[in-house]
Amino acid sequence: MKKLVNDPKNVVDEAVAGFGAAHADIVRVSLDPVFIVRADAPVAGKVGIVSGGGSGHEPLHGGFVGFGMLDAAVPGAVFTSPTPDPILAATKAVDGGAGVLHIVKNYTGDVLNFETAADLAEADEIEVRTVIVNDDVAVKDSLYTAGRRGVAGTVLVEKIAGAAAERGDDLTAVATVAEKVIGQVRSMGVALTPCVVPHAGEPSFTLADDEIEIGIGIHGEPGRERIKLEPADAIVDRILGPILDDIPYASGDKVLLFVNGMGGTPQVELYIVFRRAAEVLAERGIEVTRTLVGNFTTSLEMQGMSITVLKLDDELTALWDAPVHTAALRWGK
Amino acid sequence: MSVDVAWAQAWIRSSAKVLSEHRAELNTLDREIGDGDHGENMDRGFQAVLPKLEALADVETPGELLKALAATLISTVGGAAGPLYGTAYLKAAAAVSGAAELDGPAVVALLTAGRDGIVLRGKAESGDKTMVDAWTPAVEAAVEAEAAGASPSLILAAAADAAEAGAVATEPWVARKGRASYLGERAIGHRDPGAQSTALILRCGADAAAQS
Repeated sequence: MKKLVNDPKNVVDEAVAGFGAAHADIVRVSLDPVFIVRADAPVAGKVGIVSGGGSGHEPLHGGFVGFGMLDAAVPGAVFTSPTPDPILAATKAVDGGAGVLHIVKNYTGDVLNFETAADLAEADEIEVRTVIVNDDVAVKDSLYTAGRRGVAGTVLVEKIAGAAAERGDDLTAVATVAEKVIGQVRSMGVALTPCVVPHAGEPSFTLADDEIEIGIGIHGEPGRERIKLEPADAIVDRILGPILDDIPYASGDKVLLFVNGMGGTPQVELYIVFRRAAEVLAERGIEVTRTLVGNFTTSLEMQGMSITVLKLDDELTALWDAPVHTAALRWGK
Repeated sequence: MSVDVAWAQAWIRSSAKVLSEHRAELNTLDREIGDGDHGENMDRGFQAVLPKLEALADVETPGELLKALAATLISTVGGAAGPLYGTAYLKAAAAVSGAAELDGPAVVALLTAGRDGIVLRGKAESGDKTMVDAWTPAVEAAVEAEAAGASPSLILAAAADAAEAGAVATEPWVARKGRASYLGERAIGHRDPGAQSTALILRCGADAAAQS
């Protein structure tokens, strides 16, 4: 497997250094421990928002640090949660006196490390609230699993919570709006090819040339089933169904439709997917009032995509539309 | 040999060596039912401990050494394994704090506290296909060996044997915790990587006691 890397051990450090150099107007980076904060952190009186997780999902989370979104991102090793130390350091760096919200994707490692860091921050008298994103409908939330995974819907939680913090909401209000998004956002993905973790050097899983994995996670974890490749529209129908069945929709509901690339799928294919998803929603009387298409929550070079649907109301729409200025999302400012 | 601070030093050093040797094997087990980095993460954590052992040469109790190991693992391993093993060593250290040499009941207390720490953090139960399925048989075997009057080093050997058998026993199971739980029946036929690393580590503890 060919990759543009030097020593695989230095992948995250070198990428974060490059990210900091490329976006010095928006962020500051720390390399020991590794974290990224917005250039003007801490913003006095504003709730700080910290997210993080394994690297390899870029632009998640570093690409969303900046005005109107995250105050800090904490990247771990590729596909590995960061440890509590950098999470704590980032939390301290963005605490403007109004408390800090941790936005955590539901993976055992992320939850345990953020939990430890939050305990340590509380000991330093920083108020921390945590929300757990679990938007992936591919896996059952039951006593017999670690619960649903957090995937691309995390971007929408970060944007909307970030806007709430930017307009001056207090910690409880920001956490409440984040929970509201989590309650109304659902996602599911598909993989056409596996990804290769740099230090492993081998594909994380194998798929035959004519096979796809329905319900893939963002680390290549399998989902619901492995099937033969189908036309794009049939695949969209397969994954959009469970997304829409998971929460009640009525004719006239408004949604944000987000088609996310996994890293190795060209935009031209993402728009084919978007076209079909919008058709299906229209057939059900659901109005797509906001959209996002592109590679925002990736899985290294995996070919594949996920569809995310967020049920909107006036408040969430206004927060989505609010100005944002980050490396990966910017409008209105 | 006696189970003292020299034993704890030897245990940590040989764990680092063995985890490094088994890095690829643990990655492969993890790739089959997880995300393929367990060997990488454990190797990174234990390698980070080695330089600190020099600075801890004056430490007089196993508990103090294991506490330092815990802090390093929590801050270097990442993933789920960092907090889980870190908590295990932290609780194990607390259970034997102050003791310069561990007798049979102390060895049992150390293993029991380690297992309880992992259960507390990870909330997994026996049969969930996690490292608990190596730890709990190890604790049970240690309790039994101690009751039968075995020496500390034979208690550790009994624990290591049971952990190895426990890790093998996870192979036919469906997982109910961690990333492998997303696989459903596809986890069947694969050994849990955390149970395997536990078996390796407890074997190092037994070997360190037998040799020194």
